Amino acid sequence: MALDSKVPKGPLKDKWTDYKNHIDLVNPANKRNIDVIVVGTGLAGGSASATLAELGYNVKAFAYQDSPRRAHSIAAQGGINAAKNYQGDGDSFYRLFYDTVKGGDYRSREANVYRLAQVSANIIDQCVAQGVPFARDYGGLLDNRSFGGVLVSRTFYAKGQTGQQLLLGAYSAMNRQIARGKIEMFNRHEMLDVVKVGGKARGIIARNLVTGEIERHSAHAVVIASGGYGNVYFLSTNAMGSNATAAWKIHKKGAYFANPCYTQIHPTCIPRSGDYQSKLTLMSESLRNDGRIWVPKSMDDVMAIREGRKKPTDLSEDERDYYLERRYPAFGNLVPRDVASRAAKERCDAGYGVNATGEAVYLDFKSAISRYGKEQAKLQHITNPSEAKVYELGQAIVEAKYGNLFQMYEKIVDENPYKTPMMIYPATHYTMGGVWVDYNLMTTVDGLYCIGEANFSDHGANRLGASALMQGLADGYFVLPYTIGDYLSNDIRTGKISTETPEFTAAENEVKERIDFFINNKGEHSVDYYHKKLGKIMWEKCGMARNEQGLKEAMAEIKALREDFWKNVTVPGDANEMNPELEKAGRVADFLELGELFAKDALNRNESCGGHFREESVELDGLQKGEAKRNDEEYAYVSAWEYKGEPADAVLHKEELEFNDIELKQRSYK
Amino acid sequence: MNLTLKIWRQKNASDKGKMVDYKISDISEHMSFLEMMDVLNEQIINLGDEPVAFDHDCREGICGMCSMYINGEAHGPDRGVTTCQLHMRSFKDGDTITIEPFRAAAFPVIKDLVVDRSSFERIQQSGGYISVNTSGNTQDANAIPISKEAADKAMDAATCIGCGACVATCKNSSAMLFVGAKVSQYALLPQGQVEATDRVLNMVAQMDAEGFGNCTNTGACEVECPKGISLENIARMNTEFLKASLKG
Ligand SMILES: Cc1cc2nc3c(=O)[nH]c(=O)nc-3n(C[C@H](O)[C@H](O)[C@H](O)COP(=O)(O)OP(=O)(O)OC[C@H]3O[C@@H](n4cnc5c(N)ncnc54)[C@H](O)[C@@H]3O)c2cc1C
Ligand code: SF4
Ligand code: FES
Repeated sequence: MALDSKVPKGPLKDKWTDYKNHIDLVNPANKRNIDVIVVGTGLAGGSASATLAELGYNVKAFAYQDSPRRAHSIAAQGGINAAKNYQGDGDSFYRLFYDTVKGGDYRSREANVYRLAQVSANIIDQCVAQGVPFARDYGGLLDNRSFGGVLVSRTFYAKGQTGQQLLLGAYSAMNRQIARGKIEMFNRHEMLDVVKVGGKARGIIARNLVTGEIERHSAHAVVIASGGYGNVYFLSTNAMGSNATAAWKIHKKGAYFANPCYTQIHPTCIPRSGDYQSKLTLMSESLRNDGRIWVPKSMDDVMAIREGRKKPTDLSEDERDYYLERRYPAFGNLVPRDVASRAAKERCDAGYGVNATGEAVYLDFKSAISRYGKEQAKLQHITNPSEAKVYELGQAIVEAKYGNLFQMYEKIVDENPYKTPMMIYPATHYTMGGVWVDYNLMTTVDGLYCIGEANFSDHGANRLGASALMQGLADGYFVLPYTIGDYLSNDIRTGKISTETPEFTAAENEVKERIDFFINNKGEHSVDYYHKKLGKIMWEKCGMARNEQGLKEAMAEIKALREDFWKNVTVPGDANEMNPELEKAGRVADFLELGELFAKDALNRNESCGGHFREESVELDGLQKGEAKRNDEEYAYVSAWEYKGEPADAVLHKEELEFNDIELKQRSYK
Repeated sequence: MNLTLKIWRQKNASDKGKMVDYKISDISEHMSFLEMMDVLNEQIINLGDEPVAFDHDCREGICGMCSMYINGEAHGPDRGVTTCQLHMRSFKDGDTITIEPFRAAAFPVIKDLVVDRSSFERIQQSGGYISVNTSGNTQDANAIPISKEAADKAMDAATCIGCGACVATCKNSSAMLFVGAKVSQYALLPQGQVEATDRVLNMVAQMDAEGFGNCTNTGACEVECPKGISLENIARMNTEFLKASLKG
């Protein structure tokens, strides 16, 4: 099947408006006869559910947690972008669009990104109207901060808990619709397959995670909003339950999977400390606004610090290598995530890591504290303040900005980050790849949509900070509600979709067989045993940097691991009760397939771009020496994979990317 | 560290349940409490038994899923943290640790340490929202100036993660801190004032209907709340409720 992105004709800035003016609408009275299933109630699914219900459709929403409010979106710390230009620093739709396309290393679809920039401003209005308590300045207006990869202040935030507040906003909008009976909420339910009737998505099979019952649910359209697949690495910043199952199951039923190898490694996470570790914790990137990143210049100091003979605070300014400021003078500590992550890896690989494992660099707030302290002293008319006073005043400002992050760090590491620099190291964070969708956010299966982190759409090969929340809410509040209407306008006479059809029976049987297999297979290894092994292969061979040989090995190793899993996995307990091990088994089984496709995609893409760094593809000389080398001639496409059984047999389809409004350039942050 | 764990095991809602003892060794003080539970579960699985079911997801103190009652305290001995943020350095070699589910009539046990907190959902559905259309035709966000102080206070109230520790720790199983936080967030903001009366009346009525007890001002909730939600919010809810009752 040829890929049709369905991007409307006409000038970039008019596409979305024209599109909205010409789509078919569904009469409000008819919406009452149309059902929509939404899988996932994070920012994307939550905002979509609320809005579709508001419009009049009957929504059935599903989440594996006990409440929509606990979806992984809750954890987002830093903020959400919007081109409001409240700060008057030159922001505009075009600039947000430009930054996003450039930040994504020119591997995203122009029309989608422009639309995202256009609707971004509405998101803030919407959320404020819902009572989201964004940070305010003393004049009562909204405050902004800046994030990696851009030179304007366009990020709106609510302390370090922006995701929480935005999700609670969407959740409250959902609650209003649940109370009105327009959303039926299925908490503690997991979608285990999609059901297609006559080529169209017409329902799902779900497991009630409390009773174990397998349920059939039908609808006129199905929306997947199940989040990202970063947990394929086992260790990541994702919530423990985050998984790829919904996206992978629809892939197996015909939805193409795009750019699986684009994974974002986030530069500012708390380093790993031992083998028992279950997850990695992110320190928001907003910290890079005020923190300076460094490692010692001399190897002697590195050793002295590792052996505890010296403390980081013993080193003077000129004994420190502020390597980001050195290499990228224009952006300094605010370079995009892929650049910052690789630079940290480069220093640590060269031996300059500052903790016991050699995998940590410093993030230091000393100069920020003293800068803010001096400013405060002036504001408060304190003449000749003592150093201690300056420190105290400065610390209060830093605490107001990032207090909860500092507290979190101290809890985990048991060190006071106001007194001694934080240690950070990159970790798997966000997946730019996902289910392929067209301009309408529809997958390659009719009536099957995919939104939020689960789709591949707007971030190209790298995601700039504060853009995922923006995309999730844009999709859910403002894009999908229009595009799905255009599709559903053909369904006003269809009537209820029956669940008593052979298609539902077949899908249900498949799901049941798999569960029975797990319960009855008396193997010798736990599910986590396999998940950890998979994670290790992924991190070592498909991590921050990849090469041909490693990727080929990864494909073979993952396949072998998968075969062993299906022979030797053990799942205690029963199928007809709450059984967390059974839930995990299904998810890891899917990760074991996705991981191989990931490696295959990385192998195919013989260029470096964004979150995909091929060691064979680096700039050899000139100003950009040592930086990632993109190859637009051969690789300016989205790779969309069609399922053909074994992941190794997946067939590649290319969506060629066209750049009419932005010139393809070497990405430089120097 | 070597530890003895006494854990509440209960197969399902209708099972009677009992405490079961487990021995566990080689626990590092850097582990989080939930990582210690992972190690225990791996050990149980390798012996061919059923692991202990417990709720958790984000493991960074924000989703509000993890809910354990440890040595008689919600989320354990450390202040201002959830169970996933509790570290084993809070315990000593040779300790015996008692682990139970959050207990309250309005939080029935589902399995082992997992409880049903859907009563919280129903309270929020009864009015914990602002009735604004979600299709994007609202006024410009800066058209509603909000003083920094009000925004910060609303934010403090909105920080509640809905974990239920306040209920579990209260001798009356009162949900006043949780509901107070929700009511306060909206009471402090100009948006949604038109429905303030119904909001507080409905939420309080639903809270009572769910079988939560009454607040007798003991303040245990504030002490155990991982997000430092203050009693001030209960006072504000009471004021709002009184105002609303007089109007209503
Ligand atoms: C620690 C952290 C900090 C971050 N900070 C920022 C930030 O500052 N700014 C920013 O823009 N982005 C940030 N991000 C990224 C951003 O939070 C996510 O990309 C975004 O929230 C994803 O939203 P979503 O709605 O697509 O998915 P999620 O919020 O992950 O929601 C997934 C939903 O799907 C459900 N689900 C999944 N599978 C199934 C299934 N099979 N059946 C039923 N339900 C299912 C889940 O229950 C859940 O409701 C951060 C991410 C992390 C991890
Ligand atoms: S008030 Fe505190 S203890 Fe109660 S639910 Fe909210 S965060 Fe948890
Ligand atoms: S697991 Fe999310 S708060 Fe503990």
